[in-house]
Amino acid sequence: MTRGERLTRRHFLTAATAVTGGVGAVAAAVPFVSSFRPSARAQALGAPVEVDVSKLEPGAVLKVEWRGRPIYVVHRTEEMLGMLGRDADLLADPDSAESIQPGYARNDHRSVQPRFLVVEGVCTHLGCAPLPRFEVAPADLGADWGGGFYCPCHGSTFDLAGRVFAGVPAPTNLPVPPYRYVNDSTLLIGADAGIA
Amino acid sequence: MGGRVNRRFGALVAWIDARFPMTKLIREHATEYYAAKNFNFWYGFGVLATVVLVLQIVTGIFLTMNYKPSAEEAFASVEYIMRDVDWGWLIRYLHSTGASAFFIVVYLHMFRGFMYGSYKRPRELVWLIGMFIYLCLMAEAFFGYLLPWGNMSYWGAQVIVSLFGAVPVVGEGIAEWIRGDFYISDITLNRFFAFHVIAVPLILVILVVVHIMALHEVGSGNPDGIEIKEHKDASGKPLDGVAFHPYHTSKDLVIIIVFFIIFSAVVFFAPDMGGYFLEHANFEPANPLQTPEHIAPVWYFTPFYAILRAVPDKLFGVVLMGAAVLLPVFMPWLDRCRVKSVRYRSWVYKTALTIFAVSFLALGYLGLQPATGLYTTFSRIFSVLYFGFFILMPFYTSLEKTKPVPIRVTK
Repeated sequence: MTRGERLTRRHFLTAATAVTGGVGAVAAAVPFVSSFRPSARAQALGAPVEVDVSKLEPGAVLKVEWRGRPIYVVHRTEEMLGMLGRDADLLADPDSAESIQPGYARNDHRSVQPRFLVVEGVCTHLGCAPLPRFEVAPADLGADWGGGFYCPCHGSTFDLAGRVFAGVPAPTNLPVPPYRYVNDSTLLIGADAGIA
Repeated sequence: MGGRVNRRFGALVAWIDARFPMTKLIREHATEYYAAKNFNFWYGFGVLATVVLVLQIVTGIFLTMNYKPSAEEAFASVEYIMRDVDWGWLIRYLHSTGASAFFIVVYLHMFRGFMYGSYKRPRELVWLIGMFIYLCLMAEAFFGYLLPWGNMSYWGAQVIVSLFGAVPVVGEGIAEWIRGDFYISDITLNRFFAFHVIAVPLILVILVVVHIMALHEVGSGNPDGIEIKEHKDASGKPLDGVAFHPYHTSKDLVIIIVFFIIFSAVVFFAPDMGGYFLEHANFEPANPLQTPEHIAPVWYFTPFYAILRAVPDKLFGVVLMGAAVLLPVFMPWLDRCRVKSVRYRSWVYKTALTIFAVSFLALGYLGLQPATGLYTTFSRIFSVLYFGFFILMPFYTSLEKTKPVPIRVTK
């Protein structure tokens, strides 16, 4: 064996050992990184929630918790539904093209039935809870306010279908969670025909 | 009698020195470590940062003895510490006030660097390691802030973790991975506790040791920005330097005492500092269904928070906020001026530095205010000034007309 060959062999073995060790280190990291994911218990606790909307007054909002998120169920009146078309040209995403919602809620009223709106009360900016502000033209929100949601953290505004107005920090409309009607007066939030 | 004790002590030191470099370390880092004799008070904040670190570690250890890192018990256990544990209120207020004191001291320590060019050759690594310490400190403060499980803790964490959600495609997955749940929950609290009490402090302490080792390798700077190692006497001691111990240590002792007088005044008379050190919304337990009226981080994060809110686009806002935190890392290469100390630099840098300081303070104030109208406009103006200071630095510093730098340190 010549001197050159010995060096090559040594280099090869050093490199091979380093690569093997590196692969081993990455493999060993997998369990630790994976342990950070939501555990089986956390996933089980994210199960769907049943909501009775029969006692929800027109114009009122019901807040329920699903996966730790506030879900707003709004019983919209005819006047409130009438407001939806009014400010369409002021909205950032009027057709909900960029927003998160199941296919059956991607319409003008962003719901299965026009009457009941189900949205996550989580601002798409940084996850604060927007406040329901259904009164028309209150002092702090201006004469043009036709009712909707207002985020107290950074001032994002949404209309009565949870659609975001243009020029506020929130990029998209309030997300609509998956839900379905179990019967006329009961909603199952967190599950639709596709999941449940 | 005394002679015999001394002889025995000497023998013990010799016995240790044969097995561990004790005397060598003391000489290299204290009795024969020479630092410039013209230090002003700006050079006391490094020592103070170390003192606060020790204070946080000691009070932190005692807090963990009574704190319970679970969503059910965390808030109540903090109240228990405050009301039922002997002197528990003092230990907790020392720790919470210590957090704010840490940032005050570190910001002043960093500003010292901006003024006297502490980041310049040959101290680039000292600066870089220092910036890593600052990032660790931010992480430590963020994780710690969730632990009391107050409503501001909860929503603050919610806002910061959801920043990761701004990353396209993988963002939501990363946020879920950090939380370990679909929302900030008991699981999140438990892991943040692990980060706060062991993972981050361990890295922090190691980095502080490395920071001081790197500093002692190149030697401390001084307000004149000249290298005292260039002028030594016959025995090799810098002519303008004095030994760290006992000369600087005795002076530092005075600084430490003054610091503790002010610190104690806050701990005993204004531990919540009117809502700036302990936010009032945090006196009620975490409620996932109820956002506090107005979410603002603690004051030390507000300059960056103001930048985040100044940008109408979510992802771009997050990117700019990250850039604002990281830009000082590049100071050694952004600053093209050869003169270190602001004393001998041009009016251009003095003006830029003043604009930077004013912008930072203004953003800090604006980050505490609601994001509406005039506040947002001013946040945007000061964000531009803040970034301008760094981004334009290579240009305005290379054109500087500096004053002559003295050969030896001045009074």
